[in-house]
Amino acid sequence: MTPTLLIFFVLAGLAVLGALSLVIQKHPIHSALSLIVVMVCLAGLYLLMGAEFVAAVQIIVYGGAIMVLFIFVIMLLNAGEEERTDFSKLAKFAGLPLALALTAAIAAAVVKPAPDIPSQSVIPDATRLISSMLFQEFVYPFELTSFLILVAIMGALVLAQREKK
Amino acid sequence: MVPTQYYLVLSAILFGLGAVAFVFKRNIITIFMSIELMLNAVNLAFVAFSQAFGKVHGQVFVLFVIVVAAAEAAVGLGIIILIQRNRQSLNVEKVNLLKL
Amino acid sequence: MIEFLKNFASQNAFWLITVIKIALLLFIVLTVNAYLTWFERKVVAHIQSRWGPHRVGPHGLLQPAADGLKFLFKEDPTPAGVDRFVYYLAPLLALALSLTALAVIPFSPRPLELFGQKIYLWITNPDIGLLILFSITALSVYGIALAGWASNSKYSLLGGLRSSAQMVSYELALTMSVVGVLLMTEKNAFSLQGLIEQQDYAKHVGFLGWNIVGWTRNGFLFPQIIGFICFFTSAIAETNRAPFDLPEAESELVAGFHTEYASFKFAMFFIAEYTAMITVSCLATILFFGGWYSPFPDTHFWYFTHFIPSITLIPFGLWVIYDGLKYETIWGKLVLPVIGFVMFAIGATLVALPAVNDFIQPVFWFTAKVFVFLFFYVWARGTLPRLRYDQLMNVGWKLLLPVSIGNVVLTSLVIILKGAR
Repeated sequence: MTPTLLIFFVLAGLAVLGALSLVIQKHPIHSALSLIVVMVCLAGLYLLMGAEFVAAVQIIVYGGAIMVLFIFVIMLLNAGEEERTDFSKLAKFAGLPLALALTAAIAAAVVKPAPDIPSQSVIPDATRLISSMLFQEFVYPFELTSFLILVAIMGALVLAQREKK
Repeated sequence: MVPTQYYLVLSAILFGLGAVAFVFKRNIITIFMSIELMLNAVNLAFVAFSQAFGKVHGQVFVLFVIVVAAAEAAVGLGIIILIQRNRQSLNVEKVNLLKL
Repeated sequence: MIEFLKNFASQNAFWLITVIKIALLLFIVLTVNAYLTWFERKVVAHIQSRWGPHRVGPHGLLQPAADGLKFLFKEDPTPAGVDRFVYYLAPLLALALSLTALAVIPFSPRPLELFGQKIYLWITNPDIGLLILFSITALSVYGIALAGWASNSKYSLLGGLRSSAQMVSYELALTMSVVGVLLMTEKNAFSLQGLIEQQDYAKHVGFLGWNIVGWTRNGFLFPQIIGFICFFTSAIAETNRAPFDLPEAESELVAGFHTEYASFKFAMFFIAEYTAMITVSCLATILFFGGWYSPFPDTHFWYFTHFIPSITLIPFGLWVIYDGLKYETIWGKLVLPVIGFVMFAIGATLVALPAVNDFIQPVFWFTAKVFVFLFFYVWARGTLPRLRYDQLMNVGWKLLLPVSIGNVVLTSLVIILKGAR
């Protein structure tokens, strides 16, 4: 059990526990906190894979901005605990097994072509490669995403306006 | 080195859990958070493949996915605030008619 | 037994040294925090024409100890109706994140050679140190937002929301104002030690080589004054200090997000805030003021400036001895002269042993600059009136963000025109 494998299992276990906690918790803010744990664990896994820039962006953007937005909305709307509703019996009994079946199917599908995946290598200097690729090969999608964010900002502003009486 | 399959299985598990939360939860905000969980699982798969093939394209795409998720979260949460204002409830079962 | 310990130590030397460094850094930072509160109260008091704490020990120097004891012994009530888990998590998160950010800060370029091991004066030096610092700053919004929410009180919720909205807004201006510095680097350094090394023309030209004046090896590039002003203003807003401290001012929202937090949890928020101040001051020195480079060049002609630490320590130590002997209490008569004598001894050793003097130079200049910035923080608190919340948000979004983006555009224009790429 090399240290790398050990760290992988610790982070992966924490991520799965966080995701389980997201499903199980009743109050949305506890689900939000579990999601933050999942994101930080995933950032740790990215660091383990040598993708430092992506790990930093994941924490800064996802963990530091998007989840803060979620927590703001939960606080502003004063979201309470979930109520118990009577959903269908079918969902109660067939739901969990079907979910497990879905997960098993996806996992089997990705593990099967195992011999075709080449061996791993940590990409040295990944940040510089990412930046040169963003500004040379992928410059058009890059500029389009900036436009997308502008449109999203305008949309959020329009949505948040009070109705004019 | 951790074999790539391990990362892919973890990504599948997270995706499955996100899908479960999406189907079974009643609160709109929690459903939205499960969408973010699914996006994160996909990001993990991208970075795992980027490491496997030694090319950095996967990581560039992860950046785009993160940006799109941010934009979607902003607009989606705006819509959620409006739904709360109009129907006074965050229960997704109450948002089932186009008419108030 | 000794053989076993020696074997163990030599095999796991790296981990042992790191653990000792972490313990030492935590101890030093927490002591500096405590005396920073003393310093702040004294300076603000003198600005307001009164004495600060001066009864508890000579010159009020034992006031932090008294405050610490008070925090330990006060009752720690938990209000009713709070969300227990989040209520306990919030100050823990704030404190842990603030202290973690100190792990990437470098204090000196030269390692200490002890027992055959090279001990660098930083805990870790990752290649993306600056990004890691920013990610930890981004996460520290949670401590405040969750504290405001978990307290089950209207004032706390409003204070927490306002505070976290302010922090998130000024984070943008903070990161944009740093991009100008990153553009001026040659080898595209991202690590904090690399960023200081980029300003190493300061060895020839002294303080003109710092990023704020901008004389690099490629000639005179763009001085990062606008970047520094944006950075420092955003940093003051980011750490919720005056004049941007409306969310936690006592006359406004009854202390904002930490209203319902009592003794020790309040102390945790307090320490988190002061540690964030220290981190941001360290960052400002690293990015804009040459880090550990002295304001004088490092040539033969200027060698006498290497004795500046001694020149400050020796007279100050003698004055402390003289001042202590004037006291009547035992604290004054015994402790102050001892402290003064220790300072004098350190100053004298530095003159006598040039090797130690050379080693201590970067550390001295780094700490001196950090203290200047901490003084600016306290000065701003004592002098400037508070900004109203909407004025605060206007400054963040409508003034600082466009100005920092303009700084990036100007810097890149100048660099391209000078052909330094």
